[in-house]
Amino acid sequence: MRPSEPARRGVSLAAREALWALAFLAIPLAFFLFIRIWPAFQALWLSLFDWHADPSQRPFVGLEHYHQMLEDRLLLKALQNTLAYTLLGVPTQILLGLGIALLLNAVTRFRDVFRAIYFAPYVTPAAAVAWVFSWMLSPNFGIVNEILGVFGIPPQPFLTSPSQALVTVTMVVVWQNLGFQVVLFLAGLQNIPRDYYEAARIDGASNWQLFRHITLPLLNPVMVFSAVIGTIGFLQLFTQVVNLNFTDQGGPLGSTLTLALYIYQQAFARFDLGYAAAITVLLFVIILAITLVQLRLLSRRVEY
Amino acid sequence: MRRLSTLLIYLLLILGSLVMFFPFVWMFLTSLKPFAEIFDLTLLPQAPTLDNYREVLFDTQFPRWFLNSLIVALITTASVLFFDALVGYTLAKLRFPGKGFIFVLILSTLMVPTEMLIIPWYVMSTEYGWSNTYWGLLFPGLISAFGVFLMRQFFQTLPTDLLDAGRIDGLSEFGVFWRIAFPLVRPALAALGIFTFLGNWNAFLWPLIVVQTPDMRTIPVGVALFSSEAGTAWNLIMAASSLAVLPVLLVFLFFQRQIIEGVVLTGVKG
Repeated sequence: MRPSEPARRGVSLAAREALWALAFLAIPLAFFLFIRIWPAFQALWLSLFDWHADPSQRPFVGLEHYHQMLEDRLLLKALQNTLAYTLLGVPTQILLGLGIALLLNAVTRFRDVFRAIYFAPYVTPAAAVAWVFSWMLSPNFGIVNEILGVFGIPPQPFLTSPSQALVTVTMVVVWQNLGFQVVLFLAGLQNIPRDYYEAARIDGASNWQLFRHITLPLLNPVMVFSAVIGTIGFLQLFTQVVNLNFTDQGGPLGSTLTLALYIYQQAFARFDLGYAAAITVLLFVIILAITLVQLRLLSRRVEY
Repeated sequence: MRRLSTLLIYLLLILGSLVMFFPFVWMFLTSLKPFAEIFDLTLLPQAPTLDNYREVLFDTQFPRWFLNSLIVALITTASVLFFDALVGYTLAKLRFPGKGFIFVLILSTLMVPTEMLIIPWYVMSTEYGWSNTYWGLLFPGLISAFGVFLMRQFFQTLPTDLLDAGRIDGLSEFGVFWRIAFPLVRPALAALGIFTFLGNWNAFLWPLIVVQTPDMRTIPVGVALFSSEAGTAWNLIMAASSLAVLPVLLVFLFFQRQIIEGVVLTGVKG
């Protein structure tokens, strides 16, 4: 691949092209190898050692951290919570996103204005938005309880209650992600050719039949994309959990703790980086498995 | 009947919009209230004041955090746009051995969650003295695998004749890329650029780890740590949040069309 000077004049067109490709790819490949691929293996490697700042002082412990995970009740809690966030959050944001997209698709005036309003939260920093919600959801001085009071609903504890906190965090995340879903589904709806509906209508199909047999199947690719992206996002939930309850991160009583937050706490509060690395390997395996299963289950090809 | 259902749809949409927009309104209105007023929960401030903003802007290093966020987001975006386009172009338009393997290798990095890389990045940063520096803040995001995938898709749609015309005119291979191909994929570049910028501007986890001193914080980290120290001074916390949120909302208002088209471009067609 590295021709000497006299040879260069004679290099073929194909070799010239390959040389250019090499030149263009050199820096990016170095980046991917050194910053993306090598660290992934390093995480695996670090998980086999107890942490010490000096590399020569790190005792090899083999699979002990993986064994430790089996008996870690807090980790189990984090896993259960993460699963609950995902199972609650992903369907909610898909249903709401699809619902609002259908409403928007049915109107013509102000559609762009509505779409912009729904989308705005998506671009704002999650850390700052979480602080706004922790103020709004404050049990005693929160505006949300004040509004509920107008409808005769008693004040709710929200983030301070072990039984409500996880649902509340999920709703905040859904609020922020919703616009993305709406835009995605609206674009998907507008991609469906009008003729399909007209043809079906002539055949006497009802609105529900149109939705069930044309809209839904043709939205399938968008649905899969939304489900996969949503799942990966919820499995890595961190910023909102930390900032919604900053003084008791993951609390109350571990009820909002997520895998990502637990990894962070193990690594950067307890400086147990070896154990934290082992948990990241677990997270990797979970995300990989779920993504593969989802792609398999959801992406049935639809052709008309 | 049809009139009625249209009315109902608009009603639902307006109700939803209120839910989406009210938090911003409440944030902003609280940020204008003096401390004595915040627990009254009246919608409008009785004695509106900018003192909260003054306090956040001058008693913290907020202007510096703004600058830090800007530096990190701008450099990262420029780097992602250049390198992702270059790699996407190379993979789409040049012929060379190992092309398929390199593409798969780059795509495979998308499977690895950031959390897994963060510990090795942290170890690297302490070892090489990158922690608490701009380089430390931005090195993980300099090239994006997703962007490579996106750009490759777009370059594949460019007719090869166009590029050959440039070659015949004596442009170098890089000239063909930079002068002909790069300007032709502007919509994709706009989408990728905006999302890279926003992603970095809003990033929380990695900056939280790599930054040690207040002067190197980015806006999200600065606002979070400031708020955690402000106790119940929600007027100050909301002023800090407003300062973090409002610039992004303004940018969104300005680039609304491109941003929303970007989602569609990357999501539905990408």
